[in-house]
Amino acid sequence: MKHWAIWLPLALFGVLFAVFATGLIAPADRTIASQMIGKPLPQFDLPQAVPDRPALARTNFTDGKPKLLNVFASWCVPCIAEAPYLQQLADAGVEINGVAIRDRSPDVQQFLARNGNPYARIGADDVSKIQFDLGSSGVPETFVIDGQGMIRYQHIGDIRPEHVPMILQKLKEAQ
Amino acid sequence: MIAEIALAMLWLAAALAVLQLVLGSYALTVRGAEFLPAVRPIAVVQGVLVAIAFALLIVLFLRTDLSVKLVAANSHSLKPIIYKVAGAWGNHEGSMLLWVTVMGMAGGFVALLERRLNERTMVATLAGQAFVSLGFYAFMLFSSNPFERLNPAPAEGNGLNPLLQDPGLAFHPPTLYIGYVGLSIAFSFAIGALITRDVGPAFARAMRPWVMGAWIFLTLGITAGSWWAYYELGWGGWWFWDPVENASLMPWLAATALLHSVSVLATRNALKAWTVMLAVVAFSMSMVGTFLVRSGILTSVHAFAVDPERGSFILALLAIYIGGALALFGLRASTVTEGARFHLFSREGALVMNNVLLVGVLGIVLMGTLYPLVTEAFDTKVSVGPPYFNPVSAIFVFPMLIIMAAGPLMRWRSDNGRKLSSLMAVPALAAAVALALVVVFAGDIGILPLLGLVFAAGLAIASVLPLWKRNLRRTPAHIYGMVIAHLGIAVALAGMASESAFNTEKLVASEFGQSHTVGPWTIELQGVKPIAGANWTALEARLVARYGDSNVQTVLNPQSRMFASPPTATNEAALLTRWNGQLYAVLGEEGDDGRWQLRLWWKPFVPLIWYGGLMIGLGGILALVGRTSRDRRRKDEPEFEPTAAPAPDPAVAGGKEALA
Repeated sequence: MKHWAIWLPLALFGVLFAVFATGLIAPADRTIASQMIGKPLPQFDLPQAVPDRPALARTNFTDGKPKLLNVFASWCVPCIAEAPYLQQLADAGVEINGVAIRDRSPDVQQFLARNGNPYARIGADDVSKIQFDLGSSGVPETFVIDGQGMIRYQHIGDIRPEHVPMILQKLKEAQ
Repeated sequence: MIAEIALAMLWLAAALAVLQLVLGSYALTVRGAEFLPAVRPIAVVQGVLVAIAFALLIVLFLRTDLSVKLVAANSHSLKPIIYKVAGAWGNHEGSMLLWVTVMGMAGGFVALLERRLNERTMVATLAGQAFVSLGFYAFMLFSSNPFERLNPAPAEGNGLNPLLQDPGLAFHPPTLYIGYVGLSIAFSFAIGALITRDVGPAFARAMRPWVMGAWIFLTLGITAGSWWAYYELGWGGWWFWDPVENASLMPWLAATALLHSVSVLATRNALKAWTVMLAVVAFSMSMVGTFLVRSGILTSVHAFAVDPERGSFILALLAIYIGGALALFGLRASTVTEGARFHLFSREGALVMNNVLLVGVLGIVLMGTLYPLVTEAFDTKVSVGPPYFNPVSAIFVFPMLIIMAAGPLMRWRSDNGRKLSSLMAVPALAAAVALALVVVFAGDIGILPLLGLVFAAGLAIASVLPLWKRNLRRTPAHIYGMVIAHLGIAVALAGMASESAFNTEKLVASEFGQSHTVGPWTIELQGVKPIAGANWTALEARLVARYGDSNVQTVLNPQSRMFASPPTATNEAALLTRWNGQLYAVLGEEGDDGRWQLRLWWKPFVPLIWYGGLMIGLGGILALVGRTSRDRRRKDEPEFEPTAAPAPDPAVAGGKEALA
């Protein structure tokens, strides 16, 4: 056996240990403002994800009214957790447009049937292209977009009850 | 009093573990050889003491002794007896006690039963086992004492999470635990053999039954867990790639690889260093899984009592044991003699390839599980789901299935491939037929389900081919074991592929008397009535199901249960199993308009998943029984290779050699 290869497992474990240790030490849920804030939405024109909601394109965000862009997926567990709070926002009159990431239409329909459908429009992003362009690295994420198509705020992770007033405030500021 | 006696037993057992470690280590030195015989009895007594402590915890739960904090927090006087018992391990402290109990008892059994191994290696193994146990004793006694009293005692307990009040829970966690922790024996054997430089066929034979046993429990435990999730959570799914599920899958993958390589070492004296490595990795994965679940650093649907302080404790244990074992491996691996050589195109070659692919899947699962943790360090919360795990693990799994089909048909050392290619024509034909059938009759079902069905057909045929032209009555049991286990993989795979290919689902808001169709079924909602159980009340629907044009009516009673303590609602799905699939019904809530939500699934061939799992476990049991009786008969015969006289060395010598 090669001499260095013998120590490889220990080295790999060292990396693993470092990951675990940072996971334990790092305080969870630090929110840092994203680099995307203040930049215009990238160009996109997504196909319909479900039959009963229209498709989603960049032009849907430039009608003067601030909206939310929610990146979600039927296979994502935190997305289930945030569903009721998205609904709360929708009930408060917020227009929420969804982007379904790497999903299949029947799965999205099931997901919406099960967890509620707060979306005005849903686009299907089958290869995470738009997600990538948005600078979003995971699911779920929610962006506040002002009426001119500028990204004003990015919320990473699931929306919890305590985030709802804050997001409403951000939408007001975006007016 | 019982709690105090139990705690005393635990302290005594821990003290014996110290003795086992110290005396065992001293016995390995030149002067200490006279203490060699003392180590086995100590291990046995330690096992007995910790088993008594665990039995007493069960007694406390049976009596619902609310002056014990753990009982008050997790039990309730009104709970059915089986869940009082199960409550003993359905929580952090109790399950840690189960952990050390299994470790202690496994050590005791090894000390009692294993007579083939060189005595020095045996003592080193037991010392290693004690060393690992000690960390967990310390963890329990200093930070998770299950026998802590509560003063004043409450009038009533908190109850057990109703999701866990299910026969599945009574068996699933302890089964998995025996599997996880049973792997500690393999770990200790590896350490023992590294210390005494005794890695050879004798070591492999001694280790094999323990690895087999642990693997069987893991297999059955995972199968049971998947079944439990399937019908208790009411989501209709059987595997969610949840971190806790992955935590059980990873040791299984490593143990499966180990199981195969240990056989190569036992029969062919090859793959020495690799087998030792896998033995270390397998138990390491058990500990990593425990860490991930208990520390709360990952978000999981399995809510466990999480606590960062406990996390730090387990992380320290990980560093000591895994780091220590890998360092020992690094120091000693170069002194492990090279094993017997073999041609890459041979049974050994196939097993090596399979091992590599299994470790590949293990890596994929580990990375997927940890990815959210890594991104969280960069302030991003993500959830990695099936779109990653399914295709990426498939890259490794499908080649592995081919090798699995071909490997058992190949000869040891070197194979010319002629016989193999003619034999493999049969499964290839079966796969081609399956492909044609699926394409013609099922149409587009997606690439992974299609491949799954095709490979399942090929593998099913290939897995029975090792019996071809054999005298079936003289074929040893372990060959049958292998055939059944491999066939079980094919069966389970067929179930998984059918589930994702042919599943039909319907969500309806139904009035009484209304009929709905799902797949070939017609289902009528006839009524909903309240009923009461031991510690719950429920709304129970009466559904009448008819299959196709048949007039036979079957009644299904899905329930939505309300538990009083703690107040929680659960869904009890109603299942109707037919030879060709399963009807799955869940009762939802009542709408404002008096309609009831119903979720109905028709899942063709889905039970194959668990039948396959059971077959894999059964195959393991056959192989274990067959091998053990065979090994016993052969006990007096000389070993495959006379083991070299172990050098009377302190550990330092090994370090020098490795550095040279």
